[in-house]
Amino acid sequence: MTDMPPDAPIAPPPKSRMRLALESDVFYTFRRSPVAVISALVVLVLVLSSVLAPWIAPTNPFDPSSLNLMNGFTPPMEPNAFTGETFLLGTDDQGRDVFSTILYGMRISLFVGVAAVTFAMILGITLGLISGYVGGWLETIIMRTADVQLTFPSILVAMLIFGIAKGVTPVEYRDQMAIWVLILAIGLSDWVQFARVVRGATLVEKNKEYVQAARLIGRTPGAIMLRHILPNVLSPVLVIATISLALAIIAEATLSFLGVGAPPTQPSLGTLIRIGQGFLFSGEWWILFFPACTLLALALSVNLLGDWLRDALNPRLR
Amino acid sequence: MTAPVMSAKGLTRHYDVSGGLFSRSQVLRAVGGLDFELYAGKTLAVVGESGCGKSTLARLVTFIEEPTEGALTLDGKPVTRADWPDLRSSVQIVFQDPYGSLNPRQTIGTILMEPLVINRPKMSGKEREAQARKTLGLVGLRPEHFDRYPHMFSGGQRQRIAVARALMLEPKVLVLDEPVSALDLSIQSAILNLLVDLQDRLNLAYLFISHDLSVVHHVADDVIVMYLGRAVEKGSKEAVFAAPKHPYTKALLSATPRADPLAKADRIKLAGELPSPLEVGAGCPFAPRCWKTQDRCRVERPDLQGDAHLAACHFPIGPDGA
Repeated sequence: MTDMPPDAPIAPPPKSRMRLALESDVFYTFRRSPVAVISALVVLVLVLSSVLAPWIAPTNPFDPSSLNLMNGFTPPMEPNAFTGETFLLGTDDQGRDVFSTILYGMRISLFVGVAAVTFAMILGITLGLISGYVGGWLETIIMRTADVQLTFPSILVAMLIFGIAKGVTPVEYRDQMAIWVLILAIGLSDWVQFARVVRGATLVEKNKEYVQAARLIGRTPGAIMLRHILPNVLSPVLVIATISLALAIIAEATLSFLGVGAPPTQPSLGTLIRIGQGFLFSGEWWILFFPACTLLALALSVNLLGDWLRDALNPRLR
Repeated sequence: MTAPVMSAKGLTRHYDVSGGLFSRSQVLRAVGGLDFELYAGKTLAVVGESGCGKSTLARLVTFIEEPTEGALTLDGKPVTRADWPDLRSSVQIVFQDPYGSLNPRQTIGTILMEPLVINRPKMSGKEREAQARKTLGLVGLRPEHFDRYPHMFSGGQRQRIAVARALMLEPKVLVLDEPVSALDLSIQSAILNLLVDLQDRLNLAYLFISHDLSVVHHVADDVIVMYLGRAVEKGSKEAVFAAPKHPYTKALLSATPRADPLAKADRIKLAGELPSPLEVGAGCPFAPRCWKTQDRCRVERPDLQGDAHLAACHFPIGPDGA
C-alpha cells in the first residue's frame, strides 16, 4: 500500500509565472474589489505623470528663464490680464504654472516616500531578523530601542533627526542635502514597525523544523536568515510597506509644510501647500487647493491599496 | 559481532533553567547516562512518553547540541565539537512534522540539492541535480515532482521528500524522530515499509524515536524504554515485547490498543502524571507511580541490570508476569 499509486495520472506541466499570477487568488480578489481597482488606477496615473513630468508639464517651473513675473496670480483657465496667457490650474505669485509645479512636486514627494520606506524596510527587516533569530542581549537592545522610539510621535523623531542632520551639514550643501536628509529622517522614524513584525514572524519560523534541518546540513546562521526565514516573513512586510508609503508621503508633506523639509528650490507637494496657504485668505485659493487635492488623492489611494492588500493576504479576513 | 557505527557512553544532557528574579536557577536533567550502540542495517527504537528526553537525545545524536557528560563515538572515533561540520553528513534526521520540515518557498529540487551545495562544494550543478533526481526516485516520487513546491504534496509525500533530503548526503546513521506519528494510519505503513526497504538497500543504522509501540514493534531490532531521561529497560524487541521486566514497560505495553475485541482488557492504569524532570528525588524515578513500590525504591535508585535484556528495577517482573 502506498500513498501514491504508480498508475496515478501524470499532472499537467507547471504553468508559467505570468499565468499563475493571473489565476491567483490575490488577483481574483483584486478584480472583485472596485476600491482596489480604482485606487490602483489613480496611483498608476499619478506615478506615471510624475515620472513623465518633463514631457507632460507645459513649463519647467525650475527654469527661471521660462518664468514671467507678469504671469503671477493668474486664476485657473482665465487669460492673464497683462500677457493674455492661460494656465490650466493658474499660477503662483512668481508666475509658475501650478500644474507643472504639482507634477514636479509629486516627483519629489514620491521619490522621498519610496526611498524612505525602502530605507526603513531594509533597516527594519535586518534588525528584526537578527533580534528574532539571535535573541539574547542583542534582541533586548534592539527591541527596547524600538519601544522607546515608539513612545515619541514619529513626526517628532523625524524633526529631531532632520534638525541634527541639518546642523552637521555645511551651509552651502544644505539645499542639495535636504532631500537625502529628509529620506534619512523619515526612514529612521519608520523602521520600528518593520522590525517588530519581522521579529514576530521570525520567532515563529525559526522554531519550524525546516530551519533545524538547514542547521543540520551545515547552513550558517546568516544563510539561514537570508535563504530560509526571510522569504517566509515577507508577506506581512509587503502590506506594511504599502501603508508606510502613504504615511511617509504625508510625513514628508508635513515636514515640508512646517518648513523643515524640501527647500523652495526643490518644492515637494508639502512645500507647495506651505507656499499656497500664504495666499489662501487673499483670494488666490488655487495655489493651495490643487497641490492639496493631489496629495490627498495620492495618499488616500496608496493607503486604500495597502488596506486591500492586507485583507487579501490575510486568510482570516476573507 | 560487527563493530557499531555509532555508540554512546553515559550520554547526559542537563539544562540550566534560570529562574526569574526571585527564584534560584535549577538543573533539568533531560537525558541522564544513556548507553547504546547503533549497527549498520539495524534499528534501535527509543520509546517513552512525552517529555522523557527522546527529542533531546535526537539533538545530541545529530550534533545540534553538545552532551553535558558522556561521549559519542562514530566509526570507533570519539566525536568532539571540532569534528561536527565534517560529521554532519554521516548523521541525518527525519522530523516528525512533514508540514514544518520543508521550506514552503523552495522547490523540491532546491530542498534536495541544498545539502550538496553546502557539503559537496566541488560537485557540479549537473551532478547535484542528477543525484537529487535519483534520490527522488529512491523514495518513490516521480521526476516531475522536482520543480514543485511543498504545498502541492500530501503529508505522506512530504515525508518521502524529508527522507530523500536526509539521504542526499549518504549518511550512515538516520535519526527518525517520530517519523510517522503525524500521518494517517494507511500512510504510516507506506512510509514504514519505505524506511525498512531503504535500510535494506543502503545498510543504514536507524535510531527510531517513537511513543507508538505498535510502530516500534513493526520496525525495531532493539528497544530502549526511557523514563524521565533515563533508560529503564533495554533489550531485543522480542524479549522486551514478550516479557517486559520493568513495571513501566509493562504498563506501556498494556496501553497499546489491540485489534482483538475478545482480548481481555487488562490495562494497567498508572496513577498520577509524569513528575517534573526538575524534581527527581533520590530513589527510583518511577516509584511514585509504580504499583510495586517498596521502601527501598524510594531511597535507592536502581541501575540497569542484566546481560542481554536489562532493566532498572529492584523488583523486576519475572517470566511468570508477577
